[in-house]
Amino acid sequence: MKMKNFLLTAGTMAMMVGAGFASAEEITVATVNNNDMIVMQELAPKWEEATGNKINWVVLEENVLRQRTTQDISTNGGSFDIMFIGAYETPIWGKNGWLAPLDDFANDANYDLEDIFPLVRSSLSADNHLYAVPLYSETSFTYYRTDLFEKAGVAKPTSQITYDEFRDIVAKVHDPENGIYGTCQRGKAGWGENMAFVGTLANAFGARWFDEQWQPQLNSPEWNAAITYYVDLMTKYGPPGATANGHNENRALFKDGKCATWIDATSAANDVKNPANSKVADITDFFQAPKQATDKGTGWFWSWALAIPASSQKQDVAKDFLKWATSKEYFQMVGETKGWVAVPSGTRASIHEDPRLLEAAPFAATIKDAIFSVDPSNPTRDPVPYTGVQFVAIPEFQGIGNFVGQQVAAALAGDVTVEEALAASQDFATREMTKAGYIK
Amino acid sequence: MARAVSTRTKVLNTAIAGTLGFLMFFPILWIIILSFKTEEDAIRAPLEVLFQSGWTIENFLTVQARSDYFKHFSNSVIISLGSTLLGLIIAIPAAWAMAFVPAKRTKDVLMWMLSTKMMPPVGVLVPIYLIFRDTGLLDSLIGLTVVLMLINLPIIIWMLYTYFREIPGEILEAARMDGATLKKEILYVLAPMALPGIASTILLNIILAWNEAFWTLNLTAANAAPLTAFIASYSSPEGLFFAKLSAASLMAIAPILIMGWFSQKQLVRGLTFGAVK
Amino acid sequence: MATKASRTAARLMISPAVILLFAWMIVPLVLTLYFSFLRYNLLTPSGNPFVGFENYYWFLTDPSFTAAAVNTLLLVGGVLLITVIGGILFALLLDRPMFGQGIIRIMVIAPFFVMPTVSALVWKNMFMNPVNGIFGRIATGLGFEPIDFFGNMPLGAITIIVAWQWLPFATLILLTALQSLDQEQLEASEMDGANWLNRFWYIMLPHLARAITVVILIQTIFLLSVFAEILVTTNGGPGTASTTLTYLVYVASLLQYDVGMGSAGGVVAVVLANIVAIFLMRMIGKNLDA
Repeated sequence: MKMKNFLLTAGTMAMMVGAGFASAEEITVATVNNNDMIVMQELAPKWEEATGNKINWVVLEENVLRQRTTQDISTNGGSFDIMFIGAYETPIWGKNGWLAPLDDFANDANYDLEDIFPLVRSSLSADNHLYAVPLYSETSFTYYRTDLFEKAGVAKPTSQITYDEFRDIVAKVHDPENGIYGTCQRGKAGWGENMAFVGTLANAFGARWFDEQWQPQLNSPEWNAAITYYVDLMTKYGPPGATANGHNENRALFKDGKCATWIDATSAANDVKNPANSKVADITDFFQAPKQATDKGTGWFWSWALAIPASSQKQDVAKDFLKWATSKEYFQMVGETKGWVAVPSGTRASIHEDPRLLEAAPFAATIKDAIFSVDPSNPTRDPVPYTGVQFVAIPEFQGIGNFVGQQVAAALAGDVTVEEALAASQDFATREMTKAGYIK
Repeated sequence: MARAVSTRTKVLNTAIAGTLGFLMFFPILWIIILSFKTEEDAIRAPLEVLFQSGWTIENFLTVQARSDYFKHFSNSVIISLGSTLLGLIIAIPAAWAMAFVPAKRTKDVLMWMLSTKMMPPVGVLVPIYLIFRDTGLLDSLIGLTVVLMLINLPIIIWMLYTYFREIPGEILEAARMDGATLKKEILYVLAPMALPGIASTILLNIILAWNEAFWTLNLTAANAAPLTAFIASYSSPEGLFFAKLSAASLMAIAPILIMGWFSQKQLVRGLTFGAVK
Repeated sequence: MATKASRTAARLMISPAVILLFAWMIVPLVLTLYFSFLRYNLLTPSGNPFVGFENYYWFLTDPSFTAAAVNTLLLVGGVLLITVIGGILFALLLDRPMFGQGIIRIMVIAPFFVMPTVSALVWKNMFMNPVNGIFGRIATGLGFEPIDFFGNMPLGAITIIVAWQWLPFATLILLTALQSLDQEQLEASEMDGANWLNRFWYIMLPHLARAITVVILIQTIFLLSVFAEILVTTNGGPGTASTTLTYLVYVASLLQYDVGMGSAGGVVAVVLANIVAIFLMRMIGKNLDA
C-alpha cells in the first residue's frame, strides 16, 4: 500500500515505542455484556492463575462489539486476540480467511470436540473447517406464565399451535389494567433484534427472503400476512413503547412479571428461571414457538462463540483459553459456583445429560429438543439459495436486515402502513442485491 | 445590579431560577440517587425510590470488580490533559501571532481552521483506522492524544485568539518604551492579562476531550480505553441495569463535574469567543 | 506597526498549527475521496476495483437520503432554536438579583459536563421509557397514556436530549455578554419611560447579537456531527424518522461495511457542511467585524 510508504517513518518510530510494552502472556478478549459472558469474566482469573497469563477484557454492548470486531478484523487491525462472534459472522469470516482454524481441537481427547452438538459445530464451520467454539447456543420458544394461563383457563399447548391460536391465547391473558401485557415481542429495529423474531414469524407464514435467483421476496403476500399479524398483535396486546424493546428490554419486562407470553431465545431461560434474578422463576414454563402455514423455520438458531483472528500473534495462548472456556470442566465450574440453573445451555451433550443440571434445570431437556429440531440448511417452505433461519448467511444481509427491521418498526409505530414498509424494504433489498452483484 | 431590590423580588427570582435550575440538574441528581439503590428499587416508581428504599454502595463495588475503573480513569486523565497541553503549545503562538500581527487573511485562516471540524468523523474512520494500524498507533495513548488535540485545536486557537485580541497593543508598546525586555514583557505584562483566557481554554478543552466518545471508542481496545469505552459496557445488558448504569455513569462524569463546579468562574470568564466587547 | 520581521515571526508561529490542521484535513480527505471511487466492502474482499461515480449514485439515491438531509436540518435547527431562546431566557433570569446565585448557576451549567453517551442512556432508560421511565410513571400515575417518545416522536426526543446538553453552553455565553451591558444605558432608557419589552428589544438584544452568532456557529459545528445520541436511543428509526446524514454515513460504512459508499457519503456530507459553513461564516464574519 502506498499509504504505508507515506507513513513509514512515523510508523517505525511508533512501533519501536509500542514493542516495548508487548508481553507474550497478555491477550485481549472482546466480549459482549451478556450474563453468561460476565460469568466467564468472573471465572477467568482461575485460568490466569493456572497459566500465568493475563487477559485484558474489552466488554461492549452487542451492536458496538459487532461493529468494532468487524472493523478490526476486516482491516487486519490486530487489536484483539479473541473475539466473541455469532453463528452469522463465523462462516462468512472463516471463508474470508480472517479466522484461525480450530480443527486441531478434535485431537484433544480431554476437550472432546465430538461432545459439542453436531448442529452447533457445523454452524460454526465453513468449508469443513471449524472456526469458533460455542459458549452457548439457542433456538426460540415461547415463555409463558403458568399462573396467568391458569387464571384465564388456558391449558398449556401439548403440540405446536398456530399463530392464530397463539393470538387467541394472548387475548385471554392480556390484562393491562393490572400491568400485564398479553405478549412482549421484540420491536427494536435491527437484524439481530426484531428481525430475529419477525424472521421466524415470516418463515411460519411461508415467506422467504429471496427466491432461488436471489430476487428479494419482501413484497410477497406471505410477508404481508406475517407483518400485518405482527403489527396487529403488538398493537393490541403488546406493552407501550415496543419499538424500543429488544431482547434485553423484554427479558427485563418478563422477569419483572409484566408479560404473559414472550417468544424468544432459549438461552434466557436459565436467567428467567433463576429465583435470584427473576420474580417469575416459579411461574414460568415453555412451549414450542408457533407455526402457521408451515412448521419450517419457526424457531431460530443462534450461537455465541469464541474465535481467534488469523492476525493474532498469540494464537497458542488464545487457543488454550478457548479450550478452557468451552470445556466440560468450565461448564461444571459454572454449575458449582453459580448454581446449575445458571449453566449456559445448548452446546455439550455431556452437560445436558448431567444429573445435576437436569435436577436444577429440568427445562434443559426442552431446550435440547428444541435446538435439535432446527435445520438452518432448510429453513423455509419454498426453496431458497441460502442457509440460516432468522438470517441469511451472506455479508449483505446485515444492511438489508437492518433496513427492513427499521421499516417493520416504523409500521409498528404507525408511521407507515405494512404495505409501504414492505414496498420500501423490497426496493432497498433489490438495490443492495444489485449493488452487490447478485442481481445482474 | 446597582439598584436596591426588594426582598420580595429577590425571593421571587430565586424561586423561578431555582426551579428551572433544579429541573436542568434533575437528570444528574437522579443518576446520583439511583446509583445508591439496588436494581430492584431502581425501577420502582419515583416516589417509592425516594422514600421507601434503602441505600447501598454495592453497585460501585460491582462495577469496579467487573471493569477496572481506575485504569479507564487514568487513561481519560492522560488523554484529556495531554491533548490540552499539546494543543496549547501549538495554539498559543498561533493565536498570539494572529491577534497581534494580523494579516489580511487572518480571519480566513481562522474560519478555515474551524471548518476542518465539519468533517463527519464516521466518514473518515476507516482511513484513519488504516493509518493508525500501519503506524502502530491503534489502542495507544499517544495516538488518541494527538487525535483529540487535532479535533479540538481549532476551538482552542479561536478561543485564545479572541481573548488575546482584547489585550490592548498599547500596553505592550508602553512596556517596551520603558525598556522592558521581551522576557519581562511576556512575564509581567502579557501573562497576567492572558492567564484567565488560557485557564478558561484549558478547562473547556479538558471537558471536550473527556467527553469525546467516537474516536476514543473506535481507536482503542484494552490498553488506551478511557471512560467513554467503560460506559459502553454498561449500556443495555441483559436484565435490570439502571442502578449499575447509574453508578458507572456517575463514576464516569463525576471527575469532570467536580472540576467544572470548582472552576466554573474561570471557565465562564474566558468562554466568550469574542462575543463581548 | 507590524514590521516585516515581526510578520515573518508571526508566520512561523502560525505555521505548526496550520500544517498540522492541513494534514489532519487533507490526508483523510484524499483517502476518503480515493475510497469513494472504489468498490470497497470490508466484508467481501474483492481487490477494490475502480467504479467511478457508482458509490455517489448509490448514496444519493439511498431511500433514506432525503429524510436524512431534512432530519439533519430539523435537528440542528431545533436544538439551535431551543438553546438560543432558552439561553436568552436563562441568561436574563440569572442576571437578576437572587439568593444562592452561585448554586443555581452550577445546577444550570451541569449538563454541559455530562458525556453524550451517558446523557443519552439516562434519558432513554430512566426518563423516556414509557414503562419504567419517570415521564411514563408520572403519566400513568395521573391516568394518562404514557408518551412513547422514541416510537412516536424520535427526532423530537433526540432534540430534547441534545438541547439539554447544549443549553448550558448557550446560557453561559449569553450571560457573560449580558453582564457586560452598560447599566447606565439601561437605567437612562428606563427613566425615559421605555418599558421592559422595549429595553429588551432595542438595547439588550442588539447587544447580544454577537453572542448569539457565536453560539450558533459553535453549536452548529458540534451539532452537525451529533451521533452517539442517535446510536444509543433510536438507531435512526423507526424507519428513517431519526436518521441524520452523519448517521446515514455511519450506517453505510460501519453497519453495511461499505467503505466505498460510506466514503462517498462522507464527501457529500463535507460538501453540504461546507455550504452551511460558508453561509454561517458570512453571517458571523459580518457580526464579528462590527
